[in-house]
Amino acid sequence: MAELLQFIFSGLTVGAVYALVALGFTIIYNASDVVNFAQGEFVMLGGMATVFLAAAGLPLPLAAIAAVVVTVAVGLGLYLFAIKPARGASAVTLIIITIGASIALRGAAQIVFDKQFHRLPSFSGDDPIHILGATILPQSLWVIGGAGVILAALWWFFRVTLTGKAVLATAANRLAASLVGIDTRFVVGLSFALSAAIGAIAGILVAPITLTSYEVGTMLALKGFAAAMLGGMGNPIGAVAGGLLIGLLEAFGAGYLSSTYKDAFAFVVILLVLFVMPGGLFGARSVERV
Amino acid sequence: MPALLRRFLPVLILLALVVALPFLLKSAYQLRVATLVFTAGLTAIGLNILMGHAGQVSLGHAGFGGIGAYAVAILPTHYGIHPLAAFGLGVCAAGLLAYAVGRPILRLRGHYLAVATLGMGMLIAMVIQNQQGLTGGPDGMQVPRMELFGWRVRGAETWYWICGGFLILGAVLAVNLIDSPTGRALRAVHDSEVAARVLGIDVARAKLTAFTISAVYAATGGALLAFVNAFVTPDIAGFLHSVELVTMVVLGGLGSVVGAVVGATILVVLPQVLTVFHEYEHLAIGLIMIGVMIFMRAGVVPTLIGLVRGRSA
Repeated sequence: MAELLQFIFSGLTVGAVYALVALGFTIIYNASDVVNFAQGEFVMLGGMATVFLAAAGLPLPLAAIAAVVVTVAVGLGLYLFAIKPARGASAVTLIIITIGASIALRGAAQIVFDKQFHRLPSFSGDDPIHILGATILPQSLWVIGGAGVILAALWWFFRVTLTGKAVLATAANRLAASLVGIDTRFVVGLSFALSAAIGAIAGILVAPITLTSYEVGTMLALKGFAAAMLGGMGNPIGAVAGGLLIGLLEAFGAGYLSSTYKDAFAFVVILLVLFVMPGGLFGARSVERV
Repeated sequence: MPALLRRFLPVLILLALVVALPFLLKSAYQLRVATLVFTAGLTAIGLNILMGHAGQVSLGHAGFGGIGAYAVAILPTHYGIHPLAAFGLGVCAAGLLAYAVGRPILRLRGHYLAVATLGMGMLIAMVIQNQQGLTGGPDGMQVPRMELFGWRVRGAETWYWICGGFLILGAVLAVNLIDSPTGRALRAVHDSEVAARVLGIDVARAKLTAFTISAVYAATGGALLAFVNAFVTPDIAGFLHSVELVTMVVLGGLGSVVGAVVGATILVVLPQVLTVFHEYEHLAIGLIMIGVMIFMRAGVVPTLIGLVRGRSA
């Protein structure tokens, strides 16, 4: 029982990070049909920038806020200088562009920061909390709690604010949205900024647990992409469920089966799910029009 | 232009290139880089059949390359099988695997297909990475020298001609396939699966054929690369290599045989040139990829052909 609970704790912690990355994929995909493979680099930038700004003498909260601002600027730059000029290009071309952007960002991080692994200090100490025989780090609670707060804030943004509704309208039908006077280009730019912010926050929250370096983004992007697909691409609730599911699968697989094949379980399950449900777990059964 | 000439024009261009290069390249190093371009080009031509003609994306093709490469490393080392037989077995294994997993995977579309092929490639890479006893794990393993009738196949020049020969053979088979009923079926599938089905084309079968053929190309390219380097590491099957392969095809120009080789040239030669600025290597590669995709949206070769013909690209 204690063992099971322990796996659930660690699964939920990584799962929350995957969920945030998947959510970033979903937001950009909904607004612009772009699958942004540089999403993992937002996570990397958040963590690395905080580490270096804190090392430069900034207090941790300020460093974190500055890191989010920097990442949002990078996200907007990605949209303005790489995605927007390629408007109307095919999906594969856009994917190559975002992959090029992720390689360039990784290269830039290598120059601006360095190639070492870095650890942020935990936000509230390293004393594990004991629950029913299992333990959980305070930082894990920060990750899970942070993800919860972001979800709540997004829900409020999309359901209550006019801007959020404009994003939803654009996601549903871009032409119709622009016909009713929504500035769809602003909405797409906003979605890049939002995704960058979410990625950066995830990177900051998880850096005390998993360490960060210029190349942590690749694997996170793959897992996040897989999580978004598992949940059904473009479905925010699916993205979160997919992320948590992959985190739990990895924790259970590593704990009960084999830790060397930890990364494999997620992909085996994704393949099996897609074979049975080609649209993902929460995917809409879309009908192709000819 | 006569139809036959038009069909084989890409092959003739490549043939001229393979024959002419040794006169232009002086050092063994340059010859080696050209050889690397040929092995990558062969894989890209194969992937182009799947992506450019059937319109299906694969983010796991390096996995098939890894199977070919590790077959010529593992089978002779651990089981004493002749490298040539190991070569054949590896290519067959990759083809059979593609045929087996292709049917369920290719039912998926677009991004779902991308993530499924990604998962398949990751699984192959993880098996290679983790079966240390067999594959040497992350450190990689030596590939035994090929010996044919008592003659040891070695030296930069020998492998240059062997890989060049395979590239030409691959190009000939590709242009023939593209002009065959199967090729026309593939293009119909690319344009519209529904319309293709209405025409009586077995869409699932056409896609499976393209997937299997492209896997055979990838395994051949991977095995040749392993022979040339005399060493393999799991990177050859990794996700980043899969991405590189897709990028080669798109960068050079989807649907163009010469384009696939040009894309391979760019991605193989660029890092070699950019090591001069090694700090800025990745930044530069990333920016070049973005720039080419924005300004030469159809890929380098189709855009240039368009310019030469005086049309706006």
